[in-house]
Amino acid sequence: MNDRILFDDVSKFYGEVLGVNKVSFSLPPGITTLVGPNGSGKTTLMNLMTGLVRPSGGHLSVLGLTPADADRFFRMVGYCTQFDSFPRRLTGWDFLLDSLMLHGMSEGDAFRLAHEAVDRVRLGEAASRRIESYSKGMRQKIRLAQAIAHHPRVLVLDEPLNGLDPIARAESLALFQELSRQGMHLVISSHILDEVDRISDRVILITGGYIVAEGDIHQVRREVRDKPMQVLIRCDQPELLASRVFVSNHCVEARLHQDGRGVFLRTADIDQFYRILNEIAVEGLVKIEAVAPADDDTSAIYQYLIGSEGGPS
Amino acid sequence: MNQTLRTVLDLPWGLYWLQTRRLVRIELRRNLLSWRAWWIYFLAFVPTVIILVHLLKESHPAFALTEDSNVLAGIVQFYYIRLGIFFGCLGIFSRLIRGEMIERSVHYYLLAPIRREILLLGKFAAGSISAVMLFGTAIIADYAFIYAGFGAAGQDYVFNGPGLGQLEAYLGITVLGCLGYGAVFLLLSMMFRNPTPAAMLVLGWEVINPVMPSVLQKISVASYLRHLMPLSVPGDGIFALLTVQTEAVPAWVATLGLMALIVVVLAYSCFRIRRLELRYTTE
Repeated sequence: MNDRILFDDVSKFYGEVLGVNKVSFSLPPGITTLVGPNGSGKTTLMNLMTGLVRPSGGHLSVLGLTPADADRFFRMVGYCTQFDSFPRRLTGWDFLLDSLMLHGMSEGDAFRLAHEAVDRVRLGEAASRRIESYSKGMRQKIRLAQAIAHHPRVLVLDEPLNGLDPIARAESLALFQELSRQGMHLVISSHILDEVDRISDRVILITGGYIVAEGDIHQVRREVRDKPMQVLIRCDQPELLASRVFVSNHCVEARLHQDGRGVFLRTADIDQFYRILNEIAVEGLVKIEAVAPADDDTSAIYQYLIGSEGGPS
Repeated sequence: MNQTLRTVLDLPWGLYWLQTRRLVRIELRRNLLSWRAWWIYFLAFVPTVIILVHLLKESHPAFALTEDSNVLAGIVQFYYIRLGIFFGCLGIFSRLIRGEMIERSVHYYLLAPIRREILLLGKFAAGSISAVMLFGTAIIADYAFIYAGFGAAGQDYVFNGPGLGQLEAYLGITVLGCLGYGAVFLLLSMMFRNPTPAAMLVLGWEVINPVMPSVLQKISVASYLRHLMPLSVPGDGIFALLTVQTEAVPAWVATLGLMALIVVVLAYSCFRIRRLELRYTTE
């Protein structure tokens, strides 16, 4: 059994409407973020990954298994969908226990895992209440609990932060990081890019059913060569630094940081830029405190690559 | 051939059986007693209420026993088989998959580690148990109320005469009717967003089935059930439309024929659910 999520030339058409077209990737364990505008194909990718829809062409497998092999596949995969609906008249406990009992485990094991899942999403006493009475955030939590309760190795999360307050979002992100550290695959779509960006190992940018970029976020940023990269340099004399870099003709834009103790510099040749920066630092005229890329996050790359087609979702 | 057999034998049948039982338990707990199904209870127990009123308000001379037995046979033949069980099963079975698709909760089942065929058969079993419990109870109550008013003559008819055998036949018809219509409506509910128009076509087919060639008469639930009736009630007037006159066949042939029909319909349903794609936006 391999440890990859593999898509090989996968296409999905809904009649004549394109869902995704000739998508190929190979995802190792870790957190992968799907980013794209509404209708770009993110949910279709997740539904394909979990067998809720079937590919029109191509082949896909998750850890070497296909959704057709449901017995084994869904022991390893958990999917927290975007569908905010539940079977009627159930408490949170009923919902979790019913799901776990279908795995064929004993009632004791099901109860233990349900309890653990409720603790992990911090649902607390609300688990004893009917789901109809839950807030949107609680419904999100019980769906997440259901997806992780059976200890899957692959967790697919469609907008898992929707409806959560800032504290719950932070708790969820911490949980995702913990699961990732345990060697799980997490595939997440979210429009809260700055938050998922902090925890993502790689990103898949998708628009109109096509993947436009895929990989480690910094690597993707470097590949977007037609957009000069922006770097924030913290130093004691930002104006002097900006003028020195401009002289070297590798900088296309400079903007002082609002606190006056740094400067954003935009360059078309990042490698050459860093060499010049080293020379300036060695000269000792400017005391450089910190250097950090300012636009190699998901949000910036999204804007560069597909921002013109609408906001992410 | 041996390889195929070995593959089949190697399947985790114990797990499938456990999952089926749990699925049935979950479905029964969620859906057996629900106020949303009030109209199905109404369908099942309308004759019961009428018979109870008849029991309480009217005298029951012994000579009327045969007539009341025919009335009960007529209720089973004209009402339960053609209307009550038909529409009751339409309500019960069409919500098992389609109902959950409309409520957008079927994906929880499709994302569970359970073969879709097992899911379908488990839901079919749960629907069958619900329908049989409901209509079986109604028919037992009808039967009890019909003969309760006759005192000793009624007891003699039930325990020393053909009474219990007739009850057994009515219950057998109820079970087969629920399984037969259940299988058909479960399939229709997967094929159509609204299975009711298709069900009306099935009803029409059942009505015109007697005038069809004998090979086509075999594709009918009611025609098989007709052969299992312990008492034959000729239809007059409007009831003639609901009466099925088919070629006479032995009860065991009718039973096996209907079972074969159910197996074929369920096999096709398994094929359909295997290929089912979830697109709630189209619901």
